[in-house]
Amino acid sequence: MFKCKTSPEVGGMGHSVKRKEDARFLHGKGNYVDDVKLPGMLSMVMVRSPYAYAKIKSINKDKALAIDGVLAVITGEDLAQYNLHWMPTLLSDTQMVLPTDTVMHQSQEVAAVIATDRYIAVDGAEAVEVDYEVLDAIVDPFKALDDDAPLLRPDKEGQKDNHIYHWERGNREKTDEVIAKADIVVKERIYLPRIHVASIETCGCVASYDKDTQKLTVYLTTQAPHAIRTVVALVAGHVGLSEEKIRVISPDIGGGFGGKVPVYPSYVVAIAATFLIGKPVKWIEDRSENLVNGFARDYHMDCELAATKDGKIQAFKVKTLADHGYTDSSANPSKYPTGMFSICTGSYDYEHAFAELDAVYTNKAPGGVAYRCSFRVTEAVHAIERMVDKLAAEIGKDPAMLRLENFIKKEQFPYASPLGWSYDSGDYHATLKKAMDMLGYDDYKKEQAEKRKQGKLMGIGLCTFTEVVGAGPSKDFDILGIAMFDSAEIRVHPTGKAMARFGTKSQGQGHETTYAQILAEELGIPYTDIEIEEGDTDTAPYGLGTYASRSTPTAGAAAAIAARKLRDKGKKIAAYLLEVSEEDIEWEVGKYFVKGAPEKSKTIQDVAFAAYTNIPPGMEPGFETTHYYDPPNLTFPNGAYICVVEVDKATGAIDVKRFIAIDDCGNIINPMIVEGQVHGGLTQGIAPAMYEGIEYDAQGNVLNGTLMDYLVPTAVESPHWETGHTITPSPHHPLGAKGVAESPTVGAPPAIANAIIDALAPLGIKHLDIPITPAKVWEAIQKHS
Amino acid sequence: MKHTITLTINGTSVTEEVDSRLLLVHFIREKLDLTGTHIGCDTSNCGACTILLNGKSVKSCTYLTVRADGAEITTIEGLAPDGTNHPLQQAFHDQHGLHCGFCTPGMIMRSVDLLKNNPSPTEEEIRWGISGNLCRCTGYNNIVKAIQQAADELKKEPV
Amino acid sequence: MIPAGFSYHKATTLAQAFELSTEFGEDAKYMSGGHSLLPMMKLRFATPGHIIDISKIEGLSYIKEEDGLLKIGALTTQTEIEHSQLCKTKYPIFSDATKLIADPSVRNVGTIGGNIAHGDAANDHPALMLAMNAVIIAEGKDGRRSIPIEEFFHGFYMTALEPSEILVEIQIPEATSRSGGAYYKVERKVGDYATAGTAIHLELDDNNVCIKAGIALTNVSAVPLKLERAEQLLTGQTITDELIDQAGTIASEDCEPDSDLRGSEAYKRSIAKTITIKMIQKALERAKS
Repeated sequence: MFKCKTSPEVGGMGHSVKRKEDARFLHGKGNYVDDVKLPGMLSMVMVRSPYAYAKIKSINKDKALAIDGVLAVITGEDLAQYNLHWMPTLLSDTQMVLPTDTVMHQSQEVAAVIATDRYIAVDGAEAVEVDYEVLDAIVDPFKALDDDAPLLRPDKEGQKDNHIYHWERGNREKTDEVIAKADIVVKERIYLPRIHVASIETCGCVASYDKDTQKLTVYLTTQAPHAIRTVVALVAGHVGLSEEKIRVISPDIGGGFGGKVPVYPSYVVAIAATFLIGKPVKWIEDRSENLVNGFARDYHMDCELAATKDGKIQAFKVKTLADHGYTDSSANPSKYPTGMFSICTGSYDYEHAFAELDAVYTNKAPGGVAYRCSFRVTEAVHAIERMVDKLAAEIGKDPAMLRLENFIKKEQFPYASPLGWSYDSGDYHATLKKAMDMLGYDDYKKEQAEKRKQGKLMGIGLCTFTEVVGAGPSKDFDILGIAMFDSAEIRVHPTGKAMARFGTKSQGQGHETTYAQILAEELGIPYTDIEIEEGDTDTAPYGLGTYASRSTPTAGAAAAIAARKLRDKGKKIAAYLLEVSEEDIEWEVGKYFVKGAPEKSKTIQDVAFAAYTNIPPGMEPGFETTHYYDPPNLTFPNGAYICVVEVDKATGAIDVKRFIAIDDCGNIINPMIVEGQVHGGLTQGIAPAMYEGIEYDAQGNVLNGTLMDYLVPTAVESPHWETGHTITPSPHHPLGAKGVAESPTVGAPPAIANAIIDALAPLGIKHLDIPITPAKVWEAIQKHS
Repeated sequence: MKHTITLTINGTSVTEEVDSRLLLVHFIREKLDLTGTHIGCDTSNCGACTILLNGKSVKSCTYLTVRADGAEITTIEGLAPDGTNHPLQQAFHDQHGLHCGFCTPGMIMRSVDLLKNNPSPTEEEIRWGISGNLCRCTGYNNIVKAIQQAADELKKEPV
Repeated sequence: MIPAGFSYHKATTLAQAFELSTEFGEDAKYMSGGHSLLPMMKLRFATPGHIIDISKIEGLSYIKEEDGLLKIGALTTQTEIEHSQLCKTKYPIFSDATKLIADPSVRNVGTIGGNIAHGDAANDHPALMLAMNAVIIAEGKDGRRSIPIEEFFHGFYMTALEPSEILVEIQIPEATSRSGGAYYKVERKVGDYATAGTAIHLELDDNNVCIKAGIALTNVSAVPLKLERAEQLLTGQTITDELIDQAGTIASEDCEPDSDLRGSEAYKRSIAKTITIKMIQKALERAKS
C-alpha cells in the first residue's frame, strides 16, 4: 500500500483532502461558457438539415432577415468567399463548416442565424427556407462498400469509393497459421454501437473579435484550449487571425469525456461571425444538436480467439469495420488512426495477434471521438474480454480460472505485447483475486448453481482489462504534428505561497486539488497554499489538454519534475543561508537541513523568501520554473471487475445485484477523487452496456435525439458500486501514477455483458451486443426456447 | 405579448416585464444574472435547471416565467447566506458529491425538497427522489451519501 | 429549444377561461401543469397562438370522498396524489402509478387533469381511470356534464372535451373494504413513458367472488385501452390462477402495440401479459386484505 509522506495539513499524495474547487460550484458561482455575458453580445443559432443526404437547391434568407433583431444569415456560400467553408480534420480529412451544395448527415449545419438574442435567433432559424433534393442515404456501413454504392465524397481528389483507410498491426500469416492449427477457435462478430457522451453541459462558445486590437478571444467548451488555438490559427490564418492574437479560454467545463475535444463547425462559424461583425457572438448547442452531432465507438469487430483444448490462449485476430460518418474527424494521434485499438490482445500472455481495420464513409454525423475513453481502448477491451468469456464457455472452464491461467505474470513486466506495446507494470493475479475475495466469488458460484437448478437465470461476469493511457511519447504521438507532451509552470511567491499553471484542463477531475497535492508532495508547501490555474492560453503554458486519462501521466509528471527543479534551486539557496556547501544539504518534505545537524534547517518558505530578498551571489532571482514533460512510455492501468446479475425470464429485466471494481492505477494522489472517478466511469460503463445507443432508421434519421429517448442512467439505474485498489506503481512515471478516469468505462461494459450472457447461457445464448436491454434479452430468450 | 410580473427571488422582490414565452430558466439566468441554474436538456429530463418555486422543486426550463408571477423562488445562490453552506452544500463537499459541478445546483435544490418531504430517506428513496436529475460524472454513490449526511445534519438542527 | 411566440392569458376563474377560449378558438390551448404541452411547444410540434393558463383557478385542487365517490380536482398535482394519506391507504393504485410518472420535480407541477385531458395513451392516469370506471366532470360555458370514461378517449390526443371545455374533476366510485387496485408499468428507465403498463381494479364480495373488474393498459394502443374481455372473464368469478393467466393472455391478444425503440410488438404483448397477471394478483391481495 501507498504510504503518505506528508502530514494531512500539507496534503501531499495519498491524502483524501476535500476539493478546493467545490465552493464555487456549490454556490452556483461556477463560470461555464453559457454564463459568459459580454457587452453587445449577439446570439447564433444553426439551421440544420432534416435529411441525412440531400442536395441544397436553394437557401432563402429573406423571411429570417425580415424578423426584427435578426442581423445576419450566414451560409456556406458566404464562408466560401473567405475560403472558410471547409476545414481540415485532425486526421487529414476535410469537414464542411457550412455546406455549399450537399448535406451529408441529419442535423448537419446548413446556415447560421445571428440575432440580438437567442429567442429571435431561434425564430430566425425556423424562418430560413432551404429547398432540398433528398438523396438515398447510406446508413449501413457494410453497404457503403458495395460496388453500386453512391460515392459520398466526390469532393475528395482520387476518392473512388467510400473506403477511408485500411490499418493493420501484427503478423497476419503467423496468426492465421496458429488459428488454423488450434484445438479451439471461438469466433464472434461484436458490435459496439454509436453512443454519445451527453455531458450535462452541451457544447458552445462565445467568440469575440476586437477590430481595433485585432484580437480574437474565444470562450470555448474545450478540453484542449491550446490545441484549439493552434487549429484556429491554421484554419483561419489566411484571413488574418494570427496565433499571438488568439486567446482561447476554457472556463469551467460541465463534463467533457472527450466530447469537447473536437472543433465543431459551429465554433468556426461563430468565429467567422464575430470576425465579420466585430461583436461578440454566443453559440450554445441545444441537447438534440448535441446528441445527433458527434459520436463514439461504432466498430463492427469480427473476432477469432484460438486456444489449446485446456484453455491456453494462442492467438487473437480481429477484423473491424469502422463507421466514421461522412468524414473522419476522429480526434486521434496522427500515427494512430484507430487510437490504441491494438491494445486488443488484453491482459494475457500469448505470442500471435493480428488486427486490421477498414474505415468507411456513411451519411451519419462525423465524430469518432470519445466517450470517457478517447482512443478505442473500450472497443479493444470489449473484443478480447467477450472472446475470453466465450472461450471459457466453449471449453467449460471457469472464466476466472481461465484468466488466471493466461494472465501475464507480474515478473514479466515490462511486457512486450504481440501488437507492439510495452506494458509498464501490473499484478493481474493479485487484482483479480482481490476482486474475487471482495465479491465472495465461490459463494456466488454455488448460489448460481443452485439457482440454475431452479430454472432461474443468474450470471457472473468478469472483465480483467489492461488500459493504455497518458499519450504520449513525442516520437510516436502527435496531434497535427504537435507532440503530445504536457506542461506545468510553478511560481512560488516570496511569502512561500504558490501558483501553478498547466496545459491541461479539468472538466470535473479535480485538478485544482490534485495538482496542488502533487506540488505539496514535492515541495512541502501545504496544498491549501497553492492555487492552480488552467484553461487560458494567454497565461497557461502550452499543453495538449485533458482527455484519454492523460493529465496525471503527463501534466502530473510535469508538475513533479518542475517542483524538483525548484527544489534543486532551493538547495543552493538553503546552502547559502545555512553557510554550508550544497552537498551537505539534505531534503525532507518542506525543509532543507544540514546533514548530521537537523536542527540547522530552512523551510521551503524561508528559501522562497530568500529567492526574492537574499539571493546568493550570481544566482538568478526568483523561485519559478516551467517543465514540459515528454513521457518515455505510456502507462498501463488495469483492473478486475466482476458483475453479478439476475435476469427475469418473463420480461428480460436485468437486475445488477453486485458490481465489484478493483483498479490498479499505480500510486494514488487523492483516494477520494480516484474513487469518485471510478464511480462515475462505472455509471458511464453501465450506460452503453444496458441503455444507450444512437438509433438510425433506414433513411438516416436519428430516432432518439433527446434525453427522453437517449437513456442516460439515473441514480435508480446506477447500481451501488463497490470499489477497491491494488497498487503497482508505474516504473517510469515520476510519481508512479498511471491515470484512472477512463478505466471504469472501459472495464464495466464487458463485465456486465459477460454477466448477462452468463445468466442466459443455460438457454444456449452465447453472445449479445450491447446495449443489452430487457427487450433484447426477451427476444433472445424467445429465439432459444 | 408582454407582462409585468413581480416575484420574490432569494428573498428579494423583483418586478420585470417579460414576454409570454420567456422560460423561467432564461429569466433567472439572463435577466437576473443568476447563472447557477443551468440548462442541460431542454426537455425536463436532466434537472440541471431545478429551482424551488414556492418551496417545491421545479424544472425551470419547462416553466413559463409569466406563470411565476407572485411566486417565491429560491435558486442555488439563495440557499445559504454568502460564505456559508447549507447542510446539503456542506455534505456534497464532504462526500465528494460533485465533479464538474454542472448538475450540482439542480441536484441540491431537488434534494432540499426531497428532505423536506422525507427527512429520513432510505438509499432507495434517495435514488428515486433524485431520479429526475442526471449526473454524468459521479456515478451517484457519493451524491446518495451526501444526501444521507445532510439528512442527519438537518435532523440535528433546532426547529 | 424555445417555443414559438404566443400570447399568454391567465384565467383565474372558469368563466374567464371559457371566455378566453371562445375568443381565441382553435388557436388557443389550455395549460395546467404544462409538462406535456410546453415540451411539445419547445420542440415546435405544437405552436398555439394563445396559451390560457388555468393553473391559477381556485378550488380545483383536492382529493376527497363525498357522496360515495372519490373526487379529485383536476389541478391536483401528481405530488399531492403521491403524498395523499387517503390515496395511500384506500387507493394505493394511485401511489403505484404516481411514483412511476416522470420524476418528482415534474410531479410537483404536473396535474392529474392535464395527464388525462392530454388524451395521450402513453400517459399513466388514463388506464387508472378506465380500470376504476371513473367519470370525467367537464365544465364549459354551458355548464357541467359528466362523461363516462369509456366515452372520453377518442383518438390520438383527442378526447370528448369540447373545444372550450375544461376537465374539472374526476369521480371514482368509493373503494370498499373488499376492493383493491394496482398499477405497474415496464419502463426502459425510471421516468420513461411505459413500454407497457397495466391498471387493475377489483371488487370482491364476502365470498371472494369478483363483482367488479376493471383492467386497462397504458401505451400499447393509439387510444388508452380498456380490456373488456378480461373484465368480463373475471366478473362474477372466484379469481383463480388459471383465470388470471387467461386474463393475461387477453391482455397480450387485445393490445395493439407498435414496434419501436421500446421493443417489438411481440415483446410488448408479452410484457402486457406478464404485468397484467402480476397486477391482478396484487390487486386481489389488496382486495382481500
